[in-house]
Amino acid sequence: MTTFIGAATSRIDGVAKVTGAAKYSAEYNVPGLAYGSIVTSTIAKGHVTRIDSSAARRVSGVYDVLTHDHRPSMASTDKAYKDEVAPTTGSPYRPLYDNEIKFSGQPIALVVAETSEIARYAASLVEVEYKPEPHVTDIHQERKSAIPVETPSSPFDAHFTPPKMRGNPDEALEQAQVLHVGEYFVPIEHHNPMELFAATVLYDQGGKLIVYDKTQGVQNVQRYVCSVLEMKPEDVRVISPFVGGAFGVGLRPQFEVVLASLAARALSRPVRVVLTRPQMYALGYRPAAIQKVSIGANRDGSLNAITHSAITATSQYEQYFRQETGWSGLLYKSANAGYEHRLAQLDLPTSCDMRSPSAPTAIFSLESAMDELAIELKMDPIALRLRCYSDRDQNNNLPFSSKALRECYQKGAEAFGWSKRNPQPRSMRDGGDLVGWGMATGIWEALQVPITVRIVLNANGTAEIACATSDIGTGTYTIIAQVGADTLGLPLENVKVRLGDSTLPQSPVEGGSWIATSVSNGVVTTSRAISDQLLLLAKTMPGSPLARLGPNDVVLANRRLQSKADATRSVSISDVMRSGGMNQIVQEKTTNPSEDTSRAHNTHSAVFAEVKVDEQLGVIRVTRVVSAVAVGRVLNKKTAHSQIMGSVVWGIGMALQEETVIDHKLGRIMNANIAEYHVPVNADIHDINVIFVDEVDNSNPLGVKGLGEIGIVGVAPAIANAVYHATGKRVRNLPITLDKVIA
Amino acid sequence: MSDKPGEQSYQSIAHTTRRELAGAFVAAPMAMTLQISLASAQSTPAAAPSLPSPVGVTINGRLYALSLDPRTTLIDLLRERLDLTGTKKGCDQGQCGACTVLMNGRRVNSCLVLAVMCEGAQITTIEGLGKGAQLHPLQQAFIDRDAFQCGYCTPGQICSAAGMISEGRARTADEIREAMSGNICRCGAYPNIVAAIQDVMGQS
Repeated sequence: MTTFIGAATSRIDGVAKVTGAAKYSAEYNVPGLAYGSIVTSTIAKGHVTRIDSSAARRVSGVYDVLTHDHRPSMASTDKAYKDEVAPTTGSPYRPLYDNEIKFSGQPIALVVAETSEIARYAASLVEVEYKPEPHVTDIHQERKSAIPVETPSSPFDAHFTPPKMRGNPDEALEQAQVLHVGEYFVPIEHHNPMELFAATVLYDQGGKLIVYDKTQGVQNVQRYVCSVLEMKPEDVRVISPFVGGAFGVGLRPQFEVVLASLAARALSRPVRVVLTRPQMYALGYRPAAIQKVSIGANRDGSLNAITHSAITATSQYEQYFRQETGWSGLLYKSANAGYEHRLAQLDLPTSCDMRSPSAPTAIFSLESAMDELAIELKMDPIALRLRCYSDRDQNNNLPFSSKALRECYQKGAEAFGWSKRNPQPRSMRDGGDLVGWGMATGIWEALQVPITVRIVLNANGTAEIACATSDIGTGTYTIIAQVGADTLGLPLENVKVRLGDSTLPQSPVEGGSWIATSVSNGVVTTSRAISDQLLLLAKTMPGSPLARLGPNDVVLANRRLQSKADATRSVSISDVMRSGGMNQIVQEKTTNPSEDTSRAHNTHSAVFAEVKVDEQLGVIRVTRVVSAVAVGRVLNKKTAHSQIMGSVVWGIGMALQEETVIDHKLGRIMNANIAEYHVPVNADIHDINVIFVDEVDNSNPLGVKGLGEIGIVGVAPAIANAVYHATGKRVRNLPITLDKVIA
Repeated sequence: MSDKPGEQSYQSIAHTTRRELAGAFVAAPMAMTLQISLASAQSTPAAAPSLPSPVGVTINGRLYALSLDPRTTLIDLLRERLDLTGTKKGCDQGQCGACTVLMNGRRVNSCLVLAVMCEGAQITTIEGLGKGAQLHPLQQAFIDRDAFQCGYCTPGQICSAAGMISEGRARTADEIREAMSGNICRCGAYPNIVAAIQDVMGQS
């Protein structure tokens, strides 16, 4: 039954990816394709007073220049621009809608031409005049005027607003034997997936659009394009079988798809719009966050109070926020807890989800603070965490569906060699390097969402499994094939998987680490429906060995429908279908999450990091990381390992390198490229050891919890704590660049 | 009538403009090459057009005789003109390495090479690395080691690794890491990329 589930299976889309055959959104070449080049605003706030595109229009090969006052019709209500994951409060940005400038880098014109060279040259000839207005892009400047996040108006929002206060945290902090208070800062970070955002829009005679777009949710984009361009659902199809990374920035529809679709309609021809790397800095970003964490502890390391307050960045036009505060009182046992979350409204694009939105930010603060507390208490950092280990979600007063965090600490510490650590800072050396060992805890959510899966089973023993969800590099194609092969009783290579097409059965956006759980259990449901139908057919076969068996008595295995109790009583799938006169069996079923509100659902990790810091130059290298994670059942050890390893790489970037730097005078990002916005390169990454601890969870039939995001949480504080251990220098302000260490 | 911005004016302008421009294309004056707008809203000045240039280049063993806009980069020639989309564009600025191909056996960022500079050159892209349907050992090793997730940087990583191996300078894991640092993998597959390359170096 479980030959493939859990096995370290190579990606079924591997050959397509290593040969270049896998096509991404800018790679659908069709005759007559026109190329769009975007002109963007150079001011952060104000109005466009004049756009002179005459010189651009005179260039041979230019088809048109679209601007806010020269474009096809667009919807005029906020509702039309609200996508599936848009913030509840605010008016979404409308690309090319009017002359108002909301952020630097905002698209204000699209030159469409015969070739990309012509389009790009002509775009350089577009002259723009502005009436600028004063702007603010510095979160620190908005500390006082930041506004509280609104009271939730929906269960979706309530998930993100600060949890209710418990006890009397202020009084408990005052009475604490040991009090730690710290302020921590995480800067704006940009996702920078390797693939440039792009849309290729095909236009057919009747005006229908086929849209190849870079997105984490084809159906979200499909609905958005229909509402923004006021088109009928049957006239827009969005396709995205391969996505070159996204990490959250592809959850909301972005402006490339609007611009390309507008141009295709304007010119009645296919159009491609590819953003430049600098233009991608006008998409969303991880919000900068100023956070204050206060912990009141007893001498024995038990906690009496935790408070966590945060100011995070959003735009002037939408209020984006996630659960930036509540993790603190969730992770550790404390009778008193209090939270406050305010928003700094800046003249920037709206911030957005970026790999485990809120948790790496919040946990950097909490886990740095816990390390500082451990030092004050002269306790081992793991001992402190075990002392205030929480078996319940105290925010919601619920038990966990599973929580093998203790095992993460134990297995991780063992693999890392933590017991050999000398707690004294600056006590460990390797030649000219100071050596530091630090650790931290991570926590994320285990979510499941409604999803629909279609399975077509053919009489020749092959099957196709289809769902609109995307594979953004997570391995979704492969895990679906594995679960399908096991539950349909077929060889892996007989199972084809189709994803990333808005005409396929419904799926929400791929995010929140919820797709693996949702779609794998979705395959189980639909396979069961296939099995049920096969059984009905099998029972009608003359002398059927399964005649008296019920749906729960049989299983699909080795291309046969067989009795669970007696494997010798079986019939081949092909024989059943031929006997029933069927070439294909098609089942499409929706799987909803079980309404398990009696338990909290989370994944956990223990992260251990070794840094070596050049004593003279302050250069920091992360030489070893051990990440022990508790994520329920692992569907594919190979791709799961890559997910956690890749997340650790993200955590290293967050800790040491990543920072979007804004010239606040101009309101403009200064390092809007992938050379000056530093992400880890190969030479920055050394030994990463991923450990999956055993964790049994019965929240869904497969016991899956999702693992796309937990891996980054806790990495930055583990490194910050290691840097402290190496140097005696506490850096509360990310990234930990060498100037902060030698200062 | 509509009160939505843009709508009315689009209908009127679009039709006349396109028709007028259709005639203008034929007689577009070459004096335009001198136009360089300092008031440009684009941060990167783009080159003005000039006459098409002939280029003869061998790509994956096939000789192409082409007439190209001299501004065409090698990456755009591959992706937009020849439909060899296995070569990926990640920055167009020589910063990410996704567009790495082999030019006369040496690895280059194809976004930094003008197509006209390839006269007489031998270019190998990811599509030409294997022998027909048979994968190149690096391609197979990348699959076996799961040396990618989204797959977008992968063709560049593999071409870069092939170039690096033939350079013969990198031997240790540290040297491989250093020599492969021009190819960014945002999914963070670096340790598996190094392992895949070591597998192939060990075989040869």
